Amino acid sequence: MTATKAPTEPPVQRTVRRPGDRIFAGSAKGSGIFILIVLAGVAAFLISEALPALTAPADEIPGGEGLTAYIAPLILGTLLGAVLALIVATPLAVGIALFITYYAPRRVAAVLGYVVDLLAAIPSVVYGFWGLAVVAPRMVPFHEWAADNLSFLPFFAGPASTSGRTMFTVGLVLAVMILPIISAISREVFSQAPALHREAALALGATRWEMIRMAVLPYGKSGVIAGAMLGLGRALGETMAVAIILSGGAGATLNLISNSNPSTIASNIALRFPEATGLGVNTLIASGLVLFVITLVVNMLARWVVNRRADFSGAN
Amino acid sequence: MKLSTKTRAAGVTAALATSLVLSACGASNEETSDTGSGGGDSTAAELSGSLVGAGASSQQSAMEAWQAGFQGVYPDVQFSYDPAGSGAGREQFIEGRADFAGSDAALDEEELTAASERCAGGEVFELPNYISPIAVLFNLEGVDSLNLTPATIAGIFAGTITTWNDPAIAADNPDATLPSTAITPVHRADDSGTTDNFTDYLFQAAPDVWTSEPDGVWPLEGGESAQGTSGVVEVVTSTDGAVTYADASRAGELGVASVAVGGEFAAPTPEAAAAVVENSPAVEGRGEYDFAIEVNRLTEGSGEYPIVLVSYHVGCIEYDDKEKADNVKAFMNYVISADGQATAAENAGNAEISDSLREQAQTAVDAITTAG
Repeated sequence: MTATKAPTEPPVQRTVRRPGDRIFAGSAKGSGIFILIVLAGVAAFLISEALPALTAPADEIPGGEGLTAYIAPLILGTLLGAVLALIVATPLAVGIALFITYYAPRRVAAVLGYVVDLLAAIPSVVYGFWGLAVVAPRMVPFHEWAADNLSFLPFFAGPASTSGRTMFTVGLVLAVMILPIISAISREVFSQAPALHREAALALGATRWEMIRMAVLPYGKSGVIAGAMLGLGRALGETMAVAIILSGGAGATLNLISNSNPSTIASNIALRFPEATGLGVNTLIASGLVLFVITLVVNMLARWVVNRRADFSGAN
Repeated sequence: MKLSTKTRAAGVTAALATSLVLSACGASNEETSDTGSGGGDSTAAELSGSLVGAGASSQQSAMEAWQAGFQGVYPDVQFSYDPAGSGAGREQFIEGRADFAGSDAALDEEELTAASERCAGGEVFELPNYISPIAVLFNLEGVDSLNLTPATIAGIFAGTITTWNDPAIAADNPDATLPSTAITPVHRADDSGTTDNFTDYLFQAAPDVWTSEPDGVWPLEGGESAQGTSGVVEVVTSTDGAVTYADASRAGELGVASVAVGGEFAAPTPEAAAAVVENSPAVEGRGEYDFAIEVNRLTEGSGEYPIVLVSYHVGCIEYDDKEKADNVKAFMNYVISADGQATAAENAGNAEISDSLREQAQTAVDAITTAG
């Protein structure tokens, strides 16, 4: 995979097809079709199971105020936590990727890269308990400080939570969880920045930072965005960690630091499904359908961003 | 009555055999078949086939103990209990997918009609076999126990009483040194029978302060919440000034509140929980073997603790299948036996049913038979 293109197309030849070609082409095609069928099947299941909740009268939906009133705070909670995680994780991940690819000594870079990848292998339940037992109690002083000094912002309106189990803490833990995804993709793209561009920048007297700014970052931009979108996808769907850490179940609010937070769609399903019956199940599945659509849109956006800059992307 | 005593003795003997090795099998089987000939031909010497239960997860620890004890005596019965939740358990029972249900709530009228159809048109039994006191637990430095009135508890959880040195709390605790720590009430984030019973108590005992209808999902918006009993206990343990409601057996190092009953304050002991269930009125208009009760939240009786979770076993008096009838009968016999209740209490920390509840349940268990 070098970035430089072959100067000329090879001349067209009569292709020889052996059984292996046909078998491989067939199985690859089959796999491609299979994943489409699975996706369609999931969508069909969600829609058919959500239908009773979509058509039911408002007062029969849990909460008694209709489906929109039930799901709206959940959508807000899901987006709040995920976007906060993205805001924290993306700059950090880009920094880690740049350090590994252009600053760190080779041996340190290899170890560090391995350690960051290892973060992705930790189960989310473990992140949940870590967030509950370690992060949340240590975040309490910050919550109190933010409530005292930053309360003019709607995000820090307070009152501060006494346990630290807030949307803010959830955002930080989610940031740690999506860090390896964003940094792995960024690293891959940065390391593919064309050597010619880099050397040209250095030859013109650019410092290392100027070289990175002129040659590496523009080249890697769409890759970073694609990585961030993948991370966002994971943060949106994260279930166990949020269910364990967040003190959720409240209505829609932008306040990140009080003990009344909107739950997220995925964690709400995990918490409510075990005891749900009848229309309650349909309502939960309807909220799952909304999450499905949100993640689909996020992924399509990521595709679109990457394709728009296809000639510079490291993913092609 | 003689009959029921005999059956109970057999149940106990059979249960005792659990701890013995193979040689005891013959003896216990003999005893069981003896019971069988006494109560019609419903209990065979050897039981086999399957026994499927589903329902309340509150009973899960107790159910594990019952399963172990029951299978020790009847190793050939395939026993399973799916802790899918009370609602799901009742649904599965009514649809005939489960042989019996565990449920934190009694069947409503509609379910009762459907259940009767499922039970060959016959009676349904509902036995309050799992009783667990719900304690108000708190984490307050230097304070191990508090006396609280229903109105005070409701005020704390509704957010109108916000500090521990509030005059309402101080009035009932003249001897305690109460700090000015803020109160953080913690409720369950999931749908649970514990929440249902706790809010039912507040709704009945403190109607002026607590105006929300009882519900398995916490009815107030906002506030600190956590997942499951372990979750709320964990949060309270790590947060100074936090208070929650949970199974009394899970108190650990937390402070436990005594609740005003009559003119006294009652602690959430197993005995007090069993006592209030025993003295609670039956739900009216139910069948002969339907022992659904309305827990008397407003009791003034001495030695009674009104915040209890009662979980039922729901099944048929008549089963189409002889094997099912025999298995359900043998299992319920074990569950209500003194040994079964003691094993469960040891494992789950719940309250054992009293003798009079046992006698009442025994009449239903003895009546279980094959339809037609």
